[in-house]
Amino acid sequence: MSLYRSRRWLTVAALTLSGCGGPFPQSTLAPASGYAREIDGLFGTVFKLMMLVFVVVEVLLLYTIIRHRHRPGAAEPRPTHGHTVLEIAWTIAPALILVFVAVPTIQTIFKTQAPAPAGALTIQVIAHQWWWEYKYPDLGVVTANELHVPVGRTVDLEMTSADVIHSFWAPRLFGKRDVIPGHTNHIVFAAESIGEYMGQCVEFCGASHANMRLRVLVDSDTAFTAWAVSQARAPRAPAKNSVEQRGQDAFRRYGCTGCHTVVGVATGIIGPNLTHVGSRTTIAGGMLPSAAAMIEKWIENPQAVKPGALMPRMGVKPDDLTALVAYLQSLK
Amino acid sequence: MSETRGWRSWVSTTDHKRIGQLYFYTAFAFFLIGGLEALLIRIQLAKPENSFVSAETYNQLFTMHGTTMIFLALMPLSAAFFNYIVPLQIGARDVAFPRLNAFSYWVFLLGGLFLNSSWFVGPLFHAGSLNVAPDGGWVGDANLTERQFSPGVNIDFWMLGLQILGISSLAAGFNFVVTILNLRAPGLKMMRLPVFSWMTLVTSFLIITAFPVITVGLVLLMFDRFFGTHFYVASAGGDPVLWQHLFWLFGHPEVYILILPAMGIVSEVLPTFARKPLFGYTVVVYSGVLIGFMGWGVWSHHMFAVGLGPVADSVFSATTMLIAIPTGVKIFNWIATLWGGQIRGSTALYFAVGFIAMFIIGGLSGVSHAVPPADLQQTDTYYIVAHIHYVLFGGTVLGLFSGIYYWWPKMTGRLLSEPLGKLHFWLTFVGMNLAFFPMHFIGLLGMPRRIYTYSPDLGVAKLNLLSTVGALIIGISALVFVFNLWRTRRHGAVAGNDPWQGATLEWATTSPPPVYNFTVIPTVESRLPLWRGEHHAPMAPLPATPPQPIHVPGGSWWPFVTACGLPVLALAPLTHTLWIAFVGVAILLIGIYRWAFEPFEV
Repeated sequence: MSLYRSRRWLTVAALTLSGCGGPFPQSTLAPASGYAREIDGLFGTVFKLMMLVFVVVEVLLLYTIIRHRHRPGAAEPRPTHGHTVLEIAWTIAPALILVFVAVPTIQTIFKTQAPAPAGALTIQVIAHQWWWEYKYPDLGVVTANELHVPVGRTVDLEMTSADVIHSFWAPRLFGKRDVIPGHTNHIVFAAESIGEYMGQCVEFCGASHANMRLRVLVDSDTAFTAWAVSQARAPRAPAKNSVEQRGQDAFRRYGCTGCHTVVGVATGIIGPNLTHVGSRTTIAGGMLPSAAAMIEKWIENPQAVKPGALMPRMGVKPDDLTALVAYLQSLK
Repeated sequence: MSETRGWRSWVSTTDHKRIGQLYFYTAFAFFLIGGLEALLIRIQLAKPENSFVSAETYNQLFTMHGTTMIFLALMPLSAAFFNYIVPLQIGARDVAFPRLNAFSYWVFLLGGLFLNSSWFVGPLFHAGSLNVAPDGGWVGDANLTERQFSPGVNIDFWMLGLQILGISSLAAGFNFVVTILNLRAPGLKMMRLPVFSWMTLVTSFLIITAFPVITVGLVLLMFDRFFGTHFYVASAGGDPVLWQHLFWLFGHPEVYILILPAMGIVSEVLPTFARKPLFGYTVVVYSGVLIGFMGWGVWSHHMFAVGLGPVADSVFSATTMLIAIPTGVKIFNWIATLWGGQIRGSTALYFAVGFIAMFIIGGLSGVSHAVPPADLQQTDTYYIVAHIHYVLFGGTVLGLFSGIYYWWPKMTGRLLSEPLGKLHFWLTFVGMNLAFFPMHFIGLLGMPRRIYTYSPDLGVAKLNLLSTVGALIIGISALVFVFNLWRTRRHGAVAGNDPWQGATLEWATTSPPPVYNFTVIPTVESRLPLWRGEHHAPMAPLPATPPQPIHVPGGSWWPFVTACGLPVLALAPLTHTLWIAFVGVAILLIGIYRWAFEPFEV
């Protein structure tokens, strides 16, 4: 367990400095998967060695400038030009320390970049400016921004980009990996406990890079299966003459169908698939909670939430807006 | 003879000392502009979900902050010392190619103005806002920089501006390699060369080998943006990762281009104020050369998140760790130089010791980036912002300030105020640690870099506020320094030839030196010609007046005229106007022709 002590120290230092007790939902120092734990342990080792070097060298420097400061009347110093043994010693010392860093580093590289074992759950991640699309090819599920994974099961993220380079990162679960058009990159991890894990894009990808958030929702096996089953089903059609029905009409009339997919209603592929948008806890790339007022705010002026977003202002009339939001919320 | 007073004399000057001063004042002005951009960034980040600036403005601010500091402030501040000090240290009358030297400066100035004009010329491009400054980050990652994703002129300004500046750097690089190899005074063998001149030589070699690489990258980008090629477009068979390889193949040597001159300065300042020769001169020189070579084998450590595979990650991890060894060796040699000395606590020494203390932090956080798994948690977060600032501010900027306090009396004849200097040092030191140290934690707690807004949920609001306070203190420290410079013009103590009892040749001549530098070219018998050695006496003072007339090359207007051709040429693609290209080429051709056939003035 000693490996983790350094992490706790660091967390304590961060807590003290930040003057509050967290929680830190995006902390790299609170690993919640085997992968993140490997990194954290390695960083702990490196951190301890670096602290040792830091203290030794800085103390040496301070001691030197204090002890050898000029004193009036002192004789001129002896003009030493060098010392071969010393030079060899302080070449070998850092080399030795670095051996202790290099060996576990290379072991961890190969361990954390190993291909996914058979039976891993494959999820395709497709990055867009500025949201994430997730496809579960084995389960027939397509969703956005909120990644559901079952606890304990190894997940293989197969990632590519539809436009520019992005980077996928939920620090408590895995180190970041760039998501690059024309490339397929992988993150393989198994979450250790149920919960919600925050993350966001970490490669500058244009105007709203800061607004490209994500969440990983780690579910129990049963909850995950239930979620996957409901996501794979087409949503229930709205009742005749209901407000949701008027919302669906508005959805068609304002041309939302051109960009969004709702199974059985629309097949647009430019924006996120909205088939089950009502089941998500957030909208707009994780920027807003999925409440009626927030969905209205988003539809009325997407650029105010996410500068540069492709979604235009559709000039939706207030009546239509209420109905549209009711419809979207009904898509569960 | 050429003119010696008035603006005309400055525009046509080919005197390395005047060009050095021009470099200094211009680069320092850009340093203040880059600092102002940093302050605006920090104000925006002082609290979560702040709306002090818009997303678009913020993206321009951090792009221009990085680009300005690296290409327009730190590199040219080093160049100011290359220009002013190296010919003096090697006992030369000027650089090898004085007119090329003037050309380098004017290209730098015009390139910098070209880049910064993007802050004000938006309306000319119907941009709907005042600013069309570059907004792709200082690393300009493809394929975000493609026309499809960056349709405005922002990236054009960046791409063309950097190409102009590259010409300036290349010309200066060649000039200093030739100067240092060929114009050394009699007896000044390579292993007697002052370490600052050595590091200038290594840096110049890095410049002439690294800048062609980024130029290739920029030319490919230019083809993509203007002519519809697809070098970086994956959907058409190109690859955005190609840009990253080209950029970092340049970019890592660039880090050493930025730090080696500061290491050279520190290697001059410490011996002078400890009253001891540099400990392990040979080792310090060779480790500098080694760092220059090894700097070419580590570029992919900037790309561990790209997914190059475990073998590439391991190799670049190992080479990166290796480069820590010569760097560590330098630090031990500097401390050993101080050990046993009689350390005089001048401001120059404060900054030099501050350099060592801060560079250690930047070096150590660098080791955790050499560990790819750890790097996957830290790269592109504020942790790496902390790292780069401990290296480039704690390292390069403190080193450059040390050089300014050290050589200012040589350049102007007057000493900067020591009390104001100490105040400047402490404000800088406290400010930088307050600004940059919390960034380690901000990054470890998960805040990415290059984001104009962040969620209060991250729990990093107070740390960010602390960092902003630190940045403001750095801002105040810069004002103290400017006041010190201004005050010294009239009220600074007169320096004399050698206010610090320095050991190298620049201290043998007057402050400021005459236009011909030395009344007679000194003959050098040791590494520290002005100090008493075991086997030789200090060099005899130079005669007060030259015993024979000295030929000094006259000024020339043609470097300036030629330099003007480059930004004009760049306007052509920027505005998609062909005839402007002809004007630019015409200016270049006339300038080069007249330059080449300029009569030799005697």
